[in-house]
Amino acid sequence: MRNRESQGLSEAESGLVFREPLVFELSGERQGGIPLEEKGLPGVDPWLPRDFLRQDLPIPQLTEQQVVRHYTRLSQWNFSVDTGFYPLGSCTMKYNPRVNEEAASLEGFAFVHPYAPEEAVQGALALMHELEHMLAEITGMDRVTLQPAAGAQAELTGMLMVRAYHRDRGNPRSKVLIPDSAHGTNPASCALCGFQVVQVPSDDRGLLSPKEISSRLDQDVAAIMLTNPNTLGLFEEHILEICEMVHEAGGLVYCDGANLNALSGVARVGDMGVDLVHLNLHKTFSTPHGGGGPGAGPLGVKASLEPYLPVPRVEKAGKLLGLKVDFPKSIGRIKAFYGHFGVLVRAYAYLLSQGPAGLKEATQKAVLNANYLRVALRDLYHLPYDRLCKHECVFSDRNQARTGVQALDIAKRLMDYGFHPPTIYFPLIVKGALMIEPTESETPETLERFVEAMRSIAREAKEEPEKVRSAPHLTKLGRLDEVTAARRPVLVAPGGQAGSSRREPSSEHP
Amino acid sequence: MRQPPDERVKRMLDFIGVKSLEELFREIPEQARLSRELDLPGPLLEWELLAHLRNMASSNVHSLEATHFLGAGCYDHHVFSATKSLIRRGEFFTAYTPYQPELSQGTLQAMFEFQSYVCRLAGMEVANASMYDGATALAEAILMAQRLRPGRTRVVISGALHPEYRAVVRTITHPLGLELLEVEPDSSWETHWERVQACINPQTCCLVLQNPNFFGTIEDMYQLQEAGEAIHRVEGLLILVVVETTSLGLLRPPGELGADIFVGEGQPLGLPMSFGGPHLGLLATKEAFLRQVPGRLVGLSHDSRGKRGYVLTLATREQHIRRERATSNICTNQALCALAVTIQLALLGPLGLKEVALRSSQAAFTAMEALAGLPGLAIPQRRIYNEFVVQTPVEPGLLNRELLNRGIMGGLDLGRFNPAWKGKWLLCCTEKSSREDISKLVSSLEELLA
Repeated sequence: MRNRESQGLSEAESGLVFREPLVFELSGERQGGIPLEEKGLPGVDPWLPRDFLRQDLPIPQLTEQQVVRHYTRLSQWNFSVDTGFYPLGSCTMKYNPRVNEEAASLEGFAFVHPYAPEEAVQGALALMHELEHMLAEITGMDRVTLQPAAGAQAELTGMLMVRAYHRDRGNPRSKVLIPDSAHGTNPASCALCGFQVVQVPSDDRGLLSPKEISSRLDQDVAAIMLTNPNTLGLFEEHILEICEMVHEAGGLVYCDGANLNALSGVARVGDMGVDLVHLNLHKTFSTPHGGGGPGAGPLGVKASLEPYLPVPRVEKAGKLLGLKVDFPKSIGRIKAFYGHFGVLVRAYAYLLSQGPAGLKEATQKAVLNANYLRVALRDLYHLPYDRLCKHECVFSDRNQARTGVQALDIAKRLMDYGFHPPTIYFPLIVKGALMIEPTESETPETLERFVEAMRSIAREAKEEPEKVRSAPHLTKLGRLDEVTAARRPVLVAPGGQAGSSRREPSSEHP
Repeated sequence: MRQPPDERVKRMLDFIGVKSLEELFREIPEQARLSRELDLPGPLLEWELLAHLRNMASSNVHSLEATHFLGAGCYDHHVFSATKSLIRRGEFFTAYTPYQPELSQGTLQAMFEFQSYVCRLAGMEVANASMYDGATALAEAILMAQRLRPGRTRVVISGALHPEYRAVVRTITHPLGLELLEVEPDSSWETHWERVQACINPQTCCLVLQNPNFFGTIEDMYQLQEAGEAIHRVEGLLILVVVETTSLGLLRPPGELGADIFVGEGQPLGLPMSFGGPHLGLLATKEAFLRQVPGRLVGLSHDSRGKRGYVLTLATREQHIRRERATSNICTNQALCALAVTIQLALLGPLGLKEVALRSSQAAFTAMEALAGLPGLAIPQRRIYNEFVVQTPVEPGLLNRELLNRGIMGGLDLGRFNPAWKGKWLLCCTEKSSREDISKLVSSLEELLA
């Protein structure tokens, strides 16, 4: 509203490019204090003392159509896997099959209460039980818990188990080795468990070297936390030796399974010597990313760690499946109820629709696509580690930096070509990193169009760098000012009682 | 997707310079490579898959077929069709964390609206963009309190807080070696205020209370505020937990009651029960504590052309930048669940939310009064929101089984959590509980107890 009317514009900005206000700006009605007795609502009853009731609720009253229109318009401001190619490295933005959504919304799954008697939820428990076994088979582990809410929570769960494992042996160890290429969640999860993080540098091939590990390995190392393939998309070739060394020193091997899309059906981390591995169902197993969750992070472990698994666990008792909590060495509960069941249903449906051969083919194709892009782009963009990659490959902006074009600019310019940018500035060991993960879902034609766009941008960076540096040009909004947003944070809409001290500047809606 | 290596694959392999798909994996040691096919079921065709899943789902009893009186942290409120259909738009659910704001204004603006809704509901100043669930959000809130009041080892927790929340707090804070004091509730299922007050000392980092509490009691807000003042006198923090968040449509908000950190469970506000997840953790606090907030935050910004837009902000608190010194390890959270709750709240508005709250509470009070009249049942509560505890002469588990045979999903057997709570039965109503439902419960119990 506001200035829009003064400019004679109606709801639309132009054509189909909507200008949509905040939901709090939609209502013309008063926003505060509606007495309880109003609108035919019953009065206050004796079991509800008036002193304990709120005086107002400052949120807008809207019609269903207003709400549907508002959020439909907002949805159209999003880029998504459904809209186009989304090669966000380390995130595995593969296609999310629609049948999985239908599966999760079946009444017998969506409307089931977690405390319903066990005999009334045998179908739900059977699904969990089967999924645990399927994920154990895929990873080569002995037991899986489906409880962790996401990858980072699985890391926390796993490291709490590592802690319990060593304490149980009367040997509380304090250090965890983590490669410098690791996801930021790894050190953060370790810190939550009170572990001291010891960083291990990658070698000149982008890999963990047994030498660097052995020099840091002692009786105080609880575990190594590695990612395989690592965040450069490279398979850790010394994995067998590394696992052996760590075990020799009494430590455990945790594998961040974020990159399992490079391995499932082809190789199993359990067979490599890994003791704990988590899986991101929202990456490898096609459950949707939801704009940033919900995900799910099942954790697989070897038998030696089974006593420490979180509770409850799905166990067979006679003919029935049940949820058991009586495990004295368990680390305890890590979230309420039993995990993101709705996400588990989707992953289960995906696995059944793929079958073992389909899973392997998906992996092969993901790696094929990534290597195709690696070779197609390496003459244009600097490729710090040029050899076979797995599900993703990492370039840098070194060639373009000569004209002042950085990874961020390349990312923003890709938007003008209709693509979501890759992950940028990660892993930290590659300066100006561009981390590209195409996944198996994309056709060769899409990959070719992406290569074309990257080629154009490389040329622009040379010939008209300002065009790249000032991108994006074709998006609804231009480049957003993230610095000021952090310096003077405004995190809630004006109005209401709270947060009103920080009103937004009056200059918007130009 | 399942075609054999066709011409196109061959062309790509040639281009890469390898002879076969297998060769793409040549650096994986032989002994780590699978020499067999995985032992997995499938593939199923779409109609086979759906038939199989429908069959599995049909062996679960769901709340649309049984009259439902089960709550205890997961509630059978109605989710609007408009909410369900909007969050199934591919533009929303197939996007990821909005790292690139120019392509993610839909998600970002919705998250900004979510933060604003949470603040307005809870009467707080800043909220984050979501946590996994209420229980983990509480653990994060206690970790946050630890950062704000370093060196203080005592945490006082009302025993009227959900037992699973307490269990999650024990697990996640275990490495910190805190002294977690859990104060047993009084005989009428309210927080034992005297004992809580007695536990607060200068070493106390925070006090954790739930309202309405786990047993459905609306806590005495004068006592609650006094406890809040006591924790503030020693410069500790008050953490208020609301699990049944529809109650925020009716009851005084945590901010008004002196909460420093509000923790909530968003499930009652627009998410299906879904056998316990995914649900939604809410966390809000005072602006002064902003730098210690865990998780994602969305902030207002402007683009290069001066237009209003939204971005992820204050990322320097987060793990991808701060690594082991981050305020939390959380990365992927519950964005789509937060969107669902935002939409549901927009659909409800203040009147709708108050109506849901009042209907739920009235239904529970009606049921409580009716059950109190049955011989053998004792109910010590009076001030409830939408749950209450019944002392039964027979095992609640047995009652539940018998009721299930009559098409009724009974309450929670509290003995599940605490041997001292044997014979105690927690029942719940929502706006969906009709007079007929309640009559059916009452008459069934009359028969069973006769």
